[in-house]
Formats: sequence, C-alpha cells, structure tokens
Amino acid sequence: MPEQLAYTIEVFLNGLMAGVLYALVALGFVLIYKASGIFNYAQGVMALFAAMTLVGIQNGQVPFAHLINAIFGTDVHGFGWSVHSFVAILLTVVVMIGLAWAVQRFVFRHLVGQEPIILFMATIGLAYFLEGVADLMWGSELKSLDVCAAQGVCLPQGMNSWIDETTFNLFGYGFFIDNLDIVASIVAAILVIGLVMFAQYTKQGRAMRAVADDHQAALSVGVSLNFIWILVWSLAGFVALVAGIMWGAKSGVQFSLSLIALKALPVLMLGGFTSIPGAIVGGLIIGVGEKLFEFLIGAPFLGGATENWFAYMLALLFLVFRPQGLFGERIIERV
Amino acid sequence: MFYREAGDFNTTYAEDQQTFPIKFDRYRYYLVLFIAIVVVPFTVNDYWVNSIFMPFLIYAIAAIGLNILVGYCGQVSLGTGGFMAVGAYACYKLMTAFPEVSMFIHVLLAGGITAMVGVLFGLPSLRIKGFYLAVATLAAQFFLVWLFNRFPWFYNYSASGQISAPERDTFGITITGPNTEAWAAYAFCLVFTIFSAYVARNLTRGSVGRKWMAIRDMDIAAEIIGVNPLRAKLTAFAVSSFFIGISGALFFSIYLGAVEVGEAFGIQKSFLVLFMIIIGGLGSIFGSFAGAAFLVLLPVALKVVGVDILGWPTDIVAHLQLVIVGLLIIVFLIAEPHGIAQLWRVAKERLRLWPFPH
Repeated sequence: MPEQLAYTIEVFLNGLMAGVLYALVALGFVLIYKASGIFNYAQGVMALFAAMTLVGIQNGQVPFAHLINAIFGTDVHGFGWSVHSFVAILLTVVVMIGLAWAVQRFVFRHLVGQEPIILFMATIGLAYFLEGVADLMWGSELKSLDVCAAQGVCLPQGMNSWIDETTFNLFGYGFFIDNLDIVASIVAAILVIGLVMFAQYTKQGRAMRAVADDHQAALSVGVSLNFIWILVWSLAGFVALVAGIMWGAKSGVQFSLSLIALKALPVLMLGGFTSIPGAIVGGLIIGVGEKLFEFLIGAPFLGGATENWFAYMLALLFLVFRPQGLFGERIIERV
Repeated sequence: MFYREAGDFNTTYAEDQQTFPIKFDRYRYYLVLFIAIVVVPFTVNDYWVNSIFMPFLIYAIAAIGLNILVGYCGQVSLGTGGFMAVGAYACYKLMTAFPEVSMFIHVLLAGGITAMVGVLFGLPSLRIKGFYLAVATLAAQFFLVWLFNRFPWFYNYSASGQISAPERDTFGITITGPNTEAWAAYAFCLVFTIFSAYVARNLTRGSVGRKWMAIRDMDIAAEIIGVNPLRAKLTAFAVSSFFIGISGALFFSIYLGAVEVGEAFGIQKSFLVLFMIIIGGLGSIFGSFAGAAFLVLLPVALKVVGVDILGWPTDIVAHLQLVIVGLLIIVFLIAEPHGIAQLWRVAKERLRLWPFPH
C-alpha cells in the first residue's frame, strides 16, 4: 500500500473520531432547538461549566474560594478531600439539572413568544454569565481532568498500540489513533442510541416530541411545557457534561473548551437544526472534511491552520445550494 | 415643561422633515456637538482620551455600521471583527504604500475596500436566512482572521506578524504613531463619528432605509411590493461594512497603534459590538451611541470600583465583568428588548406631559 494512501486513510479515521466529538456537542443544540426553538449558543460554555464543576467536586475545591478570599480576607481553598469520580459525576448531573431549572425559571419563562433572534441573543448573554460564574467558582487556571471508575481504571490516554501493531503488520504502516477518541466514539454512539430510545419509547420522550411538533397542540392534550423545557435543558446539560469530559480529558479544562460550540455551529448548518441524524452525519462530514482538507490542500499549499475556517466555508457553500441543511425540514415561507 | 412641540411652527417642508423636529431636542443636539467639538479637545488629557473617548467614538462607528445591518435590515452578522480587520489591514497597506497621502483619504478608502469585502460575504444572504446566515457570517470572521495571519504580504513581512502604524499626519498635524497629541487623535476620530452618524441617520430615514426596514420586517412581502431584495440586502452589507471598516482602520491606526489580528479582531470583538447594539437598541442611531458608551464605560467603572476602591485582584474583577455583562444582556432582553434607546423614547414621552400628565 502506498505511503500517501495510508496517511490519507489515517487522517480520514482521525477526522471521523473528531467528527464524533463535534456531533456530540451539536446534539445538545439540536435537542434544545427542536423542543423550544431556542438556538442555544451557551452549549459550549455549558460543557466548560460542567467539566469545571466535575473537576472542582473531584478535587474538593471550595466554590467561589477566590471571591470569598478577596472579600473577607480569608484563605480558604479546598475542603481537603477528594471525591470518587462516579459520585462527582452524579453531583455534577444534579448541578446541571439545577442550572436547567434556573435557566428556565429566570430567563426563558420571561421570553416565551419572543422572536427567535432575541432568544438567541439571550443565550449569548447566558454564555457570558456562565463563563464568568464558572471562572469565579472554580478559578480560571488550566485543570487536568481524570475520570477513573476505580483505582487504576481511568479514561485511557495516548495512542492505541493494538491498532498500531495490527495495521503495521497488515499494511506495513501503523495507524496512529488515540485511545480516548475510540472511547469517545463509543460513548457518543451509546448516548445517541439512548437519546433516540428515550425519545421514541418513554412517556416523557413522546411528550418531548409532541412539544417539538406543536406547542399549542401539546399543551391542549395536557403536556406541561414548563416540565418539558426543564427536561430538555437538563438533557442538554447532560450531553454537555459528556462532551466536557471527553474534550476536557483530551486537552485539559480551560476557557478554550467553550469554543467547541463554535465548531458545532457549521455541523448544525450542514445537518439541519432540527435533525438528530443530521447532527451526527454533519459532524462526521465536517470532521473528516476539515482533516482531509488540511492534510491534502491546507498544509501543503495554504500555510496550514485551515481547520479554523474550513468547516464554515464548507457549510456556507453547502447552504447556498440547500438552505435548510441536509436533513432539515423544508422551509416554507408565506406572507 | 420645557420639552414640548407646542409653539414650534414649521412653515417649510424642510423644517417639517428635519431630524430633530422639537426645538428642545435640536438645541440639546447643538449643545452636545458644541461640547464635543469646542470644549472637549481643549480640556482632555491622555487618560480620558485613551480609555474613554477614543474607544467610545470608534466603537460607536462600528455599532452604527452593525446596527444598519442587524437593526435596520435584519441580517444578523457575527463577522464584525473580521470586517474591522479588513479595515485595519487595508489602512495599514495604504499607509505604508502611500505615505504622503492624507490619513482622511486612507481611512475612507479602507472603508471602501471593506465595503467590497462585505458585499462579497453578503452574497449568501440572498439564499440563507436567520440563524443560518448568522453562522455563515462566522465564516467571514474566521476566514479573514486566518488570511491576515497566514499571508505575510498583509503585514509587510514583519517578523512579529503584527502591524504597527507608522507616523502619519493630516494637514500637518501628527495623528498616528507615538508622538500624537491626545486632542488630535480625539478630533480625528470625532470627525469620522459625526460623519458616520450623519450619513447613517439620513440614509435610514430615506428611501434606502425604508427598503431595508421592509426587508427586515418580512422579506417576501417586501419583494412583492417591489423592493429588490438583492439591492436592498447588498447595499445594507456595503454601507454597514463601510462604517465597520472605518472603525477598524481607526481602531488600529489611531487607538491601538499596533495590532495582532487574532487578538484585536477575534470573535470576541464581533460579540462586543453585537452586545452594544442589543443593549443600546436595535434600529436606532442614538442606541448605537448609548450602547457603545455603556459597554466602554462599564469595564472602566468596574475597574475603578473593584480594583482601585475595593482592592480586589484584577482577574476576579474581569470575571465579575463577564457575569455583569451577561446578566445585563439577559435583563435588557427581558425587561426592555428595544434597549436604552427605547427607555429614552419612553422618557421623552413622559417629559412631554410633565408635570401635568393628564
């Protein structure tokens, strides 16, 4: 097998893995958009907030320690214990549900019936607010995130040596694939299947789809909109937590984590804002597309770092021909 | 008591159609202009110009530009930072290529170049609408910043990858570079701010502005009554980008002096200007000024209170600022979706009846 082709396949596989992570973030957007028509820009910051909360709880940090120290002149930092990952994740889920309730109760309940663009801007405000709160609560320095099920059984790091050896024996060239990416793909697949099952087969899931279809009709058959919205924001918070764990374990928990929301936007445009399969397919296309473009055209001819904009340009060109995205509902406009 | 139209008789069409039909408004406007032109330049010092007046004036131009696109024409754009970068780099290339030409011409040309780039990135708006367009404009933001970072021609092959403004003058007065007098920089920015506000105000109340607003309210209906969406949208993109380009050129050449593109014109700048027009008021020129003033003064005020008076560490104050800006945006959207401009309008309605409201 020629070298160049092997490299290309490796890049392709890595793009696929990155695409899975993009899809994971995009999923949170789609959930909220379908159920409430809110385009939630804060999804990325929610992932950051969830990951920081997880790290903070794990390490037993005192929330708002810096602020308390600055105001009262004290010197508190940690409780001096560390919490098992599993418990910490559960506690973080509780925090995210509380956040979902607060967001619904204090922000979006007052904005029902406003134009979509106003709702979008409110989520940008929410993103700023959450980012500031997360920094104040847990400190803004770079943290490393390790999630361990038991002593020694942690999220794997580094490259997968098995794939490396097997492919080396088969093709004479060892593929470099990150262990963490493989785990992330599996987790994402489970999450998607779980969400689809939840939406299809449970009472709450059915109510959720009813709300997505028609608010008023759902209200008239006795679905509580308020409950569904809190449910959807909690689910989005949970998805954000999973995305936060995966990205946080990969590159550390810091501000740049919230920028994955920006990466998820072209994915959404490509797949359509209202489609869960669209988010996944779009994520894979973007992940593979930007890695391949960088490898084949960007790095050799354009000076590299094309990943910053390629996804947007791809989505832009795509939309010019199909304005509702791959799987989006057809846009019908009436006067 | 003072603020009413009673006794204010218009006898010509010109008088009837003037921007400030109420006498009190008109005199207030003249007073603001008088203070800005005659009083301020002779009394300001370096600190006031650099931390308050210049950012305010420059952001006001950018906010007017974005408000034309978002507030008047309804095309949400997140590419402001990228367009400001175009203005800055165009200005830099012109300044270094033609050192003897006046800065006025350079800044205006930079605006013109940005307008062309804006039209280019505005073309998809004919097919893509709403959120999809907002995300599509992010393509402009990231692509342009990447472009200026990657191709050394844009920063004249300088080793640091930065662009820094050489010393240039206009009418014999130095206005860029380290030897600039504070008042000169202030006056230069002021001229462009007044020019932008004047042009924007008169465009938006003329036939062009009415077409933009028709497109904003419902584009299909506008098309049916004979508004050409291609021309309306593209003129909005062009005019908007022209102002944003001017503000970018001023931001680089007069205010900062040296710029690293990713840092000065990143996505944060796009959001900052967007927040200005949300808080100030969409679809209002006064709102653009109010929003710019608010978001320029807020960090300064917080810094004075937090760092200088309470003695907190700067990073905590910076985080608090994020929290406060986020909260303010949410509060404004809930309580007054039309921003400070609407508060001002309501206050004026009240004032007309004051002190006998019935």
